[in-house]
Amino acid sequence: MVERTRTLDIACHGLLILGGLLVCLPIYFAFVVGSHTVGDVLAVPPPWLPGGRFFENAVTAWQKANLGRLLFNSLVVAVGITVGKIAVSLLSAFAIAYFRFRWRMTAFWLVFASLMLPVEVRILPTYEAVTNVALPLQWLFDWLGFEVTLEWNMMNSYGGLILPLIASATATFLFRQFFLTVPEELCEAARIDGASPLHFFRHVLLPLSMSNMVALSIILFLYGWNQYLWPLLFTTEKDMATAVIGLKHLIPQSDAEPAWNVAMNAALLVMLPPALVVVALQRWLVKGLVDSGK
Amino acid sequence: MQASTSVTAELPAAAPRADRRRRAAAGGTAGLKRAHYTNSRLPFLLLLPQLLVLLLFFFIPAVRALVQAFVITDPFGTTVHFVWFDNFRALLASPEYRSSVWVTLWFTLAQSVLTLSVAAVLAFATDRVIRGRGLYRSIVLLPYAIAPVIAGILWAFMFNAHVGPLTYVLKALGVAWDPTRNGFDAFLLVTFAAAWKHICYDYIFLVAALLAVPASLLEAAAVDGAGPGLRFFKIALPMIGPTVFFLLVMNFVYGFFETFAIIDAVTKGGPGGATMILVYKVYQDGFVHIDLGSSAAQSVLLMIFAVILTMLQFRYVERNVNYDV
Repeated sequence: MVERTRTLDIACHGLLILGGLLVCLPIYFAFVVGSHTVGDVLAVPPPWLPGGRFFENAVTAWQKANLGRLLFNSLVVAVGITVGKIAVSLLSAFAIAYFRFRWRMTAFWLVFASLMLPVEVRILPTYEAVTNVALPLQWLFDWLGFEVTLEWNMMNSYGGLILPLIASATATFLFRQFFLTVPEELCEAARIDGASPLHFFRHVLLPLSMSNMVALSIILFLYGWNQYLWPLLFTTEKDMATAVIGLKHLIPQSDAEPAWNVAMNAALLVMLPPALVVVALQRWLVKGLVDSGK
Repeated sequence: MQASTSVTAELPAAAPRADRRRRAAAGGTAGLKRAHYTNSRLPFLLLLPQLLVLLLFFFIPAVRALVQAFVITDPFGTTVHFVWFDNFRALLASPEYRSSVWVTLWFTLAQSVLTLSVAAVLAFATDRVIRGRGLYRSIVLLPYAIAPVIAGILWAFMFNAHVGPLTYVLKALGVAWDPTRNGFDAFLLVTFAAAWKHICYDYIFLVAALLAVPASLLEAAAVDGAGPGLRFFKIALPMIGPTVFFLLVMNFVYGFFETFAIIDAVTKGGPGGATMILVYKVYQDGFVHIDLGSSAAQSVLLMIFAVILTMLQFRYVERNVNYDV
């Protein structure tokens, strides 16, 4: 702080408190509604303070949406996306930054072209790709004149939920940027000492990348947990849906059965795991995000 | 003098060009570590998983979207006609699509400006305060954990026409509010919900950028008599300019592509198409109305736009790297 400016400091605190209230307001109302009966929610004026039925509503929401199973699905999908994307990206970034080989630039452009198109704009053909993953092989066989029918449907499977979301090079790009900042001497020393490429990767590069991996894992976990469009299309079976989708089905669509109390309670339950991650690992999250902008 | 320097500058330039061509043949060295391995098989094995996933779930779908944009398939998928640009022509002539383009632009612009200005105010304030900084940051960051669809649900409830507590307040104040009937109300609602969810993102980057402004510069300006406001506008803001540019691009990406869930949860594109953003229309036409050709043509137009945004983003990355060196 350069100078003392009491008024400005108080104004700043005021602004931040205002901002904090703005952020908390929707969550507060979800909490208020989530702790009342349906009758209270429909009352005029609506309730402004929390009631005493939070746990009853939570139990109802848990059973109605089968949240135990759905939260487990969300966990599998989020962890799958995180681990899968980091593993795939680390390897390809290593290949692109540390190897000189034929087609290197081609590989580079193939990988980074995928940065350009978000999943949302190619949703329909990707949907077809997941309903029959073997389709490209089928074309090949048709072209070669074989009479084979191949079908490998990934609908309602963890693979179908995870793999298409791994298909982008954001993480590869980040690791490549990081590898470029790793001192050259490390690789030179490793080579002089006779370390194989994989040995160098495993014992030098991987430990160095640890902090980047942690930061990126948090972002990817939140990304996976909060997916909506994808699981909405790819899970027709109730048991394979993710928690976010289950929550969506609890939202009252008409005024006939306005169970907002249960729905909002479920909303709090579904957002709890990622919120805990953000609060507990805030420093890493900030690092990961800021690095991703470099 | 002028001429001779240009000649001498050109002479060595020719040699690297030939050299570059030779190096490109050997795999190219852009972004390659000086100390590297020359192994012919291992890098392919390392790249294989990524390329396989990309091939199946990125390249083939993207190419198929391109192909579908130029054909008409009947709803049963039995006959396929190649129709050149007919899908695009029909699309650009349709009033629904045009109105969707405008809705998307307004929505994205409003959301970007709102997000960025609130985040800038909060970041400026965070930069000034000392006590409670960590707590403020934790709270502002919280929506980052919340799925867009949940953000949408939270706002949809608060302003629900029948049970929303804030609708009650608005009615008490004499404001007629009904996002299910009034298009403008619905537009405001999704804009606020989208901004609320995204402020944390801009805020993180702005706080980090403000922290990186050299204290010596700010102190020197203060000694010369510049107050906090003047220092912010004359020193900090120009220095975080690239970050602001980056955030504008990212806000556009967010507004265009990632707000699908908010629209689906709050308005489903209605009422009367008032919140029908382009991504939602692709989904509606493709999965609800099964108009594949039109949906694919829309995808292709969106892809072009996404490519432009990504290139802008890369420009920022490049510039940032240049600054660092």
